Amino acid sequence: MHIKVIKPGLATSVQDAGRNGHYHLGIPPSGALDQYSFRAANLLLGNPETTAVLECTLLGPQLQFGVDCRIAVCGADMLPLINGQPQATHQVLSIAAGDMLDFRPATAGVRAYLAVSGGIDVPEVLGSRSTYTLGTLGGYQGRCLQAGDMLMLGRSTAEAPAGRSLPPALRRPLPRQATVRVLPGLYDHRLTAQSAERFYQETWTVASESDRIGYRLKGGSPLQFRPREAPFGAGADPSNIVDAGYPVGSIQIPAGKEPIILLRDAVSGGGYAMLGTVISADLDVVGQLPPNQRLAFSAVDMAEALQARQQGQAALERLRAALQG
Amino acid sequence: MSIRYSFGGDEFLFAEVSESMSLTACFTSMAITGLLRQQQWPGIVEICPANASFQLRFDPDILPAAQLLQLVQELEQAVQDSPQTLDTRLVEIPVWYDDPWTLEVGARFRERHQDPQSTDLQYAARCNGFDSVDAFIAAHSGAPWFVSMVGFVAGLPFMYQMVERDRQLQVPKYLSPRTATPRQTIGHGGCFACIYSVAGAGGYQMFGITPAPIYDPQQSLPYLADSMVLFRPGDIVRFKPIDQQQYQAAVQAVAEGSFQLDIFPVRFSLPDFLANPQAYNLSLPGGHHAH
Repeated sequence: MHIKVIKPGLATSVQDAGRNGHYHLGIPPSGALDQYSFRAANLLLGNPETTAVLECTLLGPQLQFGVDCRIAVCGADMLPLINGQPQATHQVLSIAAGDMLDFRPATAGVRAYLAVSGGIDVPEVLGSRSTYTLGTLGGYQGRCLQAGDMLMLGRSTAEAPAGRSLPPALRRPLPRQATVRVLPGLYDHRLTAQSAERFYQETWTVASESDRIGYRLKGGSPLQFRPREAPFGAGADPSNIVDAGYPVGSIQIPAGKEPIILLRDAVSGGGYAMLGTVISADLDVVGQLPPNQRLAFSAVDMAEALQARQQGQAALERLRAALQG
Repeated sequence: MSIRYSFGGDEFLFAEVSESMSLTACFTSMAITGLLRQQQWPGIVEICPANASFQLRFDPDILPAAQLLQLVQELEQAVQDSPQTLDTRLVEIPVWYDDPWTLEVGARFRERHQDPQSTDLQYAARCNGFDSVDAFIAAHSGAPWFVSMVGFVAGLPFMYQMVERDRQLQVPKYLSPRTATPRQTIGHGGCFACIYSVAGAGGYQMFGITPAPIYDPQQSLPYLADSMVLFRPGDIVRFKPIDQQQYQAAVQAVAEGSFQLDIFPVRFSLPDFLANPQAYNLSLPGGHHAH
């Protein structure tokens, strides 16, 4: 009942829906960055929707299975190979004990979710199996996989037939140019009006220093702050604030230079001004943007954010309707 | 002065009590978030007090944004008349100041520092008008600190020293962050002290190291049995200088699982403290009469 890790891949970790209720102690939600694709992989396989999976990043792992089981790979286009034979993504695949699974590098998107019938069985920590590497918490020993690790599988409750595939209309789109919607606010009043506006007009590029904690962006103009007298305790740089909480999805602008979008392994707070927050419906999209991909931001209001949220929920409902029952 | 509210996307409400740091602002943040924690409103997912602000994560499908805002604004009014006292505890943290580990890491990242010729402690002493590192350490360990926020990474306390504003120790952060900081380093940036709960990146000046784990997912020490995170906002910390021998003995005790911290219950009164900080600090338990 195990999987042996032969090669770990670039950054492969156990993830699920994440944990709530501990952000005030600096422990972020964690969980699959692309929640839609993670749920799709489980539902396709007939697992409960939030069963723990492996999140594979750009270069997938090489795994040897010690047990017969079924798997599904959703999210980024990372073609799975069983014993060297190319298979399909978004499809239920049969694995026999002794089989070797590896992946072609991602050709679109960043994160593929490998769901296994029964799920990856690691202990629940604070209500979740998700890995939070900064805090060496959860997942497999609190870290990304390494060669030689042995993953245990849970007991499978439901088995979808091999060959079942996810209709293309139900797969996460992986566009070449993304537009991410942002609710402006937090400390955007510290920016000059011209600079605040220009942020949404320019095209940005995902920097290579982007990970589950945050995505760093390059290529836009430096942001300009209104002059001020630094408040006591804030620090002298115009981008400094008295250290405060950071919303997941917030966009901070250290020294006004390279904006950083915080994702699900966010640092929970710090001393940099934020100009707004990516709306919840678009947070999944960010984690699928590869380095050097271009993106733009569009400003929305709360009503538009909530409408997008409802559309996201409706998409999940369609997924459940198509794959359950 | 009223709180500035701003929504962080469709799931966060951010509330800035004050642009500048003060214990009064921190107390307001703790009072409102404390009430919210007691009231257990459905739809509030995270309650995060911070130094002079707080943020809430909510589920707008259960608790609409406008309703949450109204609820918090009512609490803002309610806490204006509430007594500014806090049942908390004082934790004594042993510190080996000017230790070899933070000195070594500091030396490795000198090109990111304002003053590559000095150590972080020498620089901080000079920034604050002290004529020696020893005098700076005496000021750092001479008055207790108030845990005004926990976060950045798991279990990291931000601490604000319990002295008048003109006696606050202020030091800029590194010009650009280090990629390494030893675990349990005593750091300082702006007016805040911190203890790095885990090894990793950091931009605060490094003054010393404590043998005491403050975050441990394995919960192997008795004082972390209830929670893997030691500190809560509102805790009071006193740094107790120790030497190399005491440090090594403590590290040994940690390894054996027998290490203990001195922790005293305290009823903290903000008005009494503000009326005379020095006298108030002398009335706190531990410290000068602990040995």
